[in-house]
Amino acid sequence: MRKYSIFSLVRNALSYHQNWQQAWRSPDPKPQYDAIIIGGGGHGLATAYYLAKEHGISNVAVLEKGWIGGGNTGRNTTIVRSNYLWDESAHLYEKAMKLWEGLSQDLNFNVMFSQRGVMNLGHNLQDMRDIERRVNANRLNGIDSDLLTTQDVKRMVPIINAAQDARYPILGASFQPRGGVARHDAVAWGFARGADARGVDILQNCEVTGIRRQNGAVVGVETSRGFIASRKVGIVVAGHSSVLAGMAGVRLPIESHPLQALVSEPLKPVLHTVIMSNAVHGYISQSDKGDLVIGAGIDSFNGYGQRGSFSIIESTVAAIKELFPIFSRVRMNRQWGGIVDVCPDACPIIGKLPVKGLYINAGWGTGGFKATPGSGWVFAHTIAGGEPHPLNAPFSLERFTTGALIDEHGAAGVAH
Amino acid sequence: MLLIECPWCGERSQQEFTCGGEAHIARPAAPDALSDADWADYLFMRKNPKGRHLEQWCHTAGCRRWFNVARDTVSYEIAHVYKVGETPPGVSE
Repeated sequence: MRKYSIFSLVRNALSYHQNWQQAWRSPDPKPQYDAIIIGGGGHGLATAYYLAKEHGISNVAVLEKGWIGGGNTGRNTTIVRSNYLWDESAHLYEKAMKLWEGLSQDLNFNVMFSQRGVMNLGHNLQDMRDIERRVNANRLNGIDSDLLTTQDVKRMVPIINAAQDARYPILGASFQPRGGVARHDAVAWGFARGADARGVDILQNCEVTGIRRQNGAVVGVETSRGFIASRKVGIVVAGHSSVLAGMAGVRLPIESHPLQALVSEPLKPVLHTVIMSNAVHGYISQSDKGDLVIGAGIDSFNGYGQRGSFSIIESTVAAIKELFPIFSRVRMNRQWGGIVDVCPDACPIIGKLPVKGLYINAGWGTGGFKATPGSGWVFAHTIAGGEPHPLNAPFSLERFTTGALIDEHGAAGVAH
Repeated sequence: MLLIECPWCGERSQQEFTCGGEAHIARPAAPDALSDADWADYLFMRKNPKGRHLEQWCHTAGCRRWFNVARDTVSYEIAHVYKVGETPPGVSE
């Protein structure tokens, strides 16, 4: 991998930018790999990267049925934060946060991680009690978290509607200063380039159609590009988790729903932080390109169509307009949807499946992007050693049998 | 936006309805006799198919009755609407 630097920029400028090295190869599949990662999104590519970097396992293939980052990684609203309530999830998301903080340097790829803060608004007494509890829980876990008053919110975000006679007035908020946004495509490409440089094969247009097993152990996968053997297979495919698990005869507690988002026309900088509201449902930030990036709750029906109903868009924009009257004339440019794999407790499933050598990383639902590096890091550990890391051990599939669910619907911040 | 034909009220906009998830999940007759794994399967595990899905919907802003829908989760096309207790054509239960 030729390092990106001011020197490489100058050197390539001298040859009219015609000699930049390809960021990743497109090799033919080998007949066998030490590990196969099914799913070429941010989480899958991060898994492959950390398998190579942290565990020295580089004879790895990432199989992606479309193009890398074309699924939820390319469709989210780019928010990064770690202010979750329970110890187990707080530690997992904070692991991701700490990786985010060095990621551009580590990958030698600018993921545009902007720690502009994330604000979660409270609109009634119960919201404020929940927020106060979560802020304290965060602080006890060493995660930066502040409690804001209405005046604090209005001072930090002058354009917000802080009127106390609003239908759902802002009574306060939680604020995580280290939270913010990152460029989602850059995350996929950065991890892909880093993984490829360490010997990982990234195989696009390679759809897994079957998981071959012998004596209760995985031996490889059938794909649209032929059979590929491996004794370690990690499924990390978000919305298609049930489909892939079904190929191994495994049922999951996951339901796939559409999740929509939209962006506005580019505007001059007007919103300098990320605002999320559970009650007045919507979340918003402004990209470096100037677009307002707005997200919604899920469509309530199951859907793999990567699109949802317009009523969701209408009610989300109404919420945004209620919070930011100044945006009432802004034109929306583009809207789309992804497929989110929703779990009953709004927490992921990261661990072993009841087939030897088969691992799953799924159920991140509406909140996977922020966890991308952390998710890949713990999944790589799990696959390399055959056992979960303490950070992802609580997130086993078995918790649905033992009852040890970890309920993060509140901190998830997205209506289910 | 889906157009859903309520068996009692006729064709109405999706906004009038609430989706109740996967249909035909029978509550076990003797929960105490089940293992934790079987109980977990009933409570949490779902088919979540990419394709034909049998679901339950409630006409919350209308007659407030529950009914079943056979719908494709990729195209969102509704193949059949049928009342609780009926079997949709072409499906073996």
